[in-house]
Amino acid sequence: MSDVVIRAEGLGKKYVIGHESAERYTALRDVLAQQARRLVRSARDMAAGRALIAGDEREEFWALRDVNFEIKRGEVVGIIGRNGAGKSTLLKVLSRITEPSEGRVTIDGRVASLLEVGTGFHPELTGRENIFLNGAILGMTRAEIRRKFDEIVAFAGVEKFLDTPVKRYSSGMYVRLAFSVAAHLEPEILVVDEVLAVGDAEFQKKCVGKMQDVASEGRTVVFVSHNMAAVKSLCPKAMYLNGGTGQGTEETEKAVQNYLKSIPTGPRKIEEFSRFSNDYVELHSIELADDKFAVSGRLLKWHPALTFSAIVAANDETELFWTTNRDAGPTLGRDMEGEDFSLILEIPYNLLNTGRYKLFFVLFIHNQEWIVKKGDLAHFTIEKEFNHHLVHDFSSRPGALAPVLGWKTYRASLPCA
Amino acid sequence: MTDISEHKSQSPRLVLEAGRAEAQYWRDLWHYRELFAILAWRDVSVRYKQTVIGVLWAVIRPFLTMIVFTVIFGRVAQLPSEGDAPYPVMVFAGMLPWFLFSSILSESSNSLVMNSALVGKVYFPRLVIPSAAAVVSLVDFAISFAMMILLMIALWFLPDWRVLFLPFFILLAVAAALGPALLFCAMNVKYRDFRYIIPFIVQFGLYVSPVGFSSANIPDAWRFIYGLNPMVGVIDGFRWCLLGGEATLHTPSFVLSLGVIAVFLWYGIHVFRRTERTFADLI
Repeated sequence: MSDVVIRAEGLGKKYVIGHESAERYTALRDVLAQQARRLVRSARDMAAGRALIAGDEREEFWALRDVNFEIKRGEVVGIIGRNGAGKSTLLKVLSRITEPSEGRVTIDGRVASLLEVGTGFHPELTGRENIFLNGAILGMTRAEIRRKFDEIVAFAGVEKFLDTPVKRYSSGMYVRLAFSVAAHLEPEILVVDEVLAVGDAEFQKKCVGKMQDVASEGRTVVFVSHNMAAVKSLCPKAMYLNGGTGQGTEETEKAVQNYLKSIPTGPRKIEEFSRFSNDYVELHSIELADDKFAVSGRLLKWHPALTFSAIVAANDETELFWTTNRDAGPTLGRDMEGEDFSLILEIPYNLLNTGRYKLFFVLFIHNQEWIVKKGDLAHFTIEKEFNHHLVHDFSSRPGALAPVLGWKTYRASLPCA
Repeated sequence: MTDISEHKSQSPRLVLEAGRAEAQYWRDLWHYRELFAILAWRDVSVRYKQTVIGVLWAVIRPFLTMIVFTVIFGRVAQLPSEGDAPYPVMVFAGMLPWFLFSSILSESSNSLVMNSALVGKVYFPRLVIPSAAAVVSLVDFAISFAMMILLMIALWFLPDWRVLFLPFFILLAVAAALGPALLFCAMNVKYRDFRYIIPFIVQFGLYVSPVGFSSANIPDAWRFIYGLNPMVGVIDGFRWCLLGGEATLHTPSFVLSLGVIAVFLWYGIHVFRRTERTFADLI
């Protein structure tokens, strides 16, 4: 038995981007207007004796191209790559949400995909009802859900609130219940996005633990992530996607090295986001210099839990801390809707040590969805001089951090109070 | 796009490829029947949970419409009813299928966009969503139907054996609505302003269909052509079933309506299936 359960051959996915319209969806009236404009233009061109050039307003964009890999039964494979490398598109193709534009994928076995927790949850329905609804959406049969019902409820710890509409749940309870349903899927092949990392650290640990269980039961898992530590600990093998292309799986260590090599260094403008937009925000630029991190854009729709966050990590990607624009209270209010904004974070020079750091930008609706996932990163360096009045200063110290704290000196021995 | 064939270990083999003929589409759809049931149940329970108005609306709307139509068409315009059938009963028998049709049309056409979160995140045959949405309309229909029974008892006008054919005509009304609904559903995903057309069609349709009056009022020369409106066949059928021999079925126009319904249904499913694969990219 060759035992290959997923085989992708020359896989490609193409999107067509319209240049003229910046709208997120097409309106019939725009199409009609555009057609009329085009007609006028080609009539003019024809009258002027110029050749007609068709399709000049549309551009093809290959999110995936020439992706080849094989995954064997029982393997746990990580998919890594930078933002825009095609990871999410690959997941969507594997989970049949969108069809490939070229090439083919052959899959043996029942696939369940988890691109989001709580897909289809309805706020008006009770916890109990949502378990059945969400289970069915994820592909469980009613009998299966009934069998695991108690387990799901216990795992989520929502016994008391089973008959409460989930709109009254706290966001933590909501996510726990949603994840718990997903965790009790028993597919032969599980395709997981790192959505699971929404939520607090404890919850993340629970998710990773559950994935380890699934993997140890001999099921096949495809895991997409930016979290190198998680990929390394979960997946013996990984595939590095680079600009939409991927050539097979390899030892995770190697794939991670390839990935790290591809990350540009030095302060820079983060170009990939310059055209980013979704329902809530439109990003214009993201810049990182050695002393400042700046995000500018426009707020399209206000959401109380819309969070811009920077993750500061050591050079080896050990996370040092997360900081968000909401830490000091709400910053982007409803009154900012439709307006441009800039968020500027001063890099805490006083806190960090001399050396190179990495900064990850993430944007999410807390406990609900990722807008920009952790992944794009840039370096900055701190050149530290602790006290330039001193001759005997040392600018680099052991330890990840080197905060400047207030030492006080007294001329007597005081009891520590 | 998909092909499921039996594998040694009984796990289905799936081949994903561009534009692959979906040979197993209907089987796949059958496989997702539980999702259909649960989505339909969700829509129904949300509809009637959110508001008392939900139920009340299903009662008030046909009732008021019946009164207005009876007064305007029966009293003011002095149009004749079907045979000896009381005018309100005749109107109600036409309104039942009309409201079923128009509510399926509006509910289903918007259903995909309303469920865009699902479409972008999980796979299932997309046909499940608009068909599940149609079930809500059937529940509304059941409520209206109960009112019809009350009305018939109140006026002591009872149907005969023809009422046994009613399920067939209910199915026909659903089919008549589902064809255009699927078409609009697919268009709606692509062109978001398409939904503004639907209320217009519903409003317009109410007057060009024989809801407030009997289609016997149409001159004989035009009756066949009138059958181009698929609801003519459905409404005439309902009256034939419910008015106990007072209404006759105009065969040529009925057959024409049947044909139009079949063509729309086929075309709706055809367009829906052709565009279905791109829904996730557009939505």
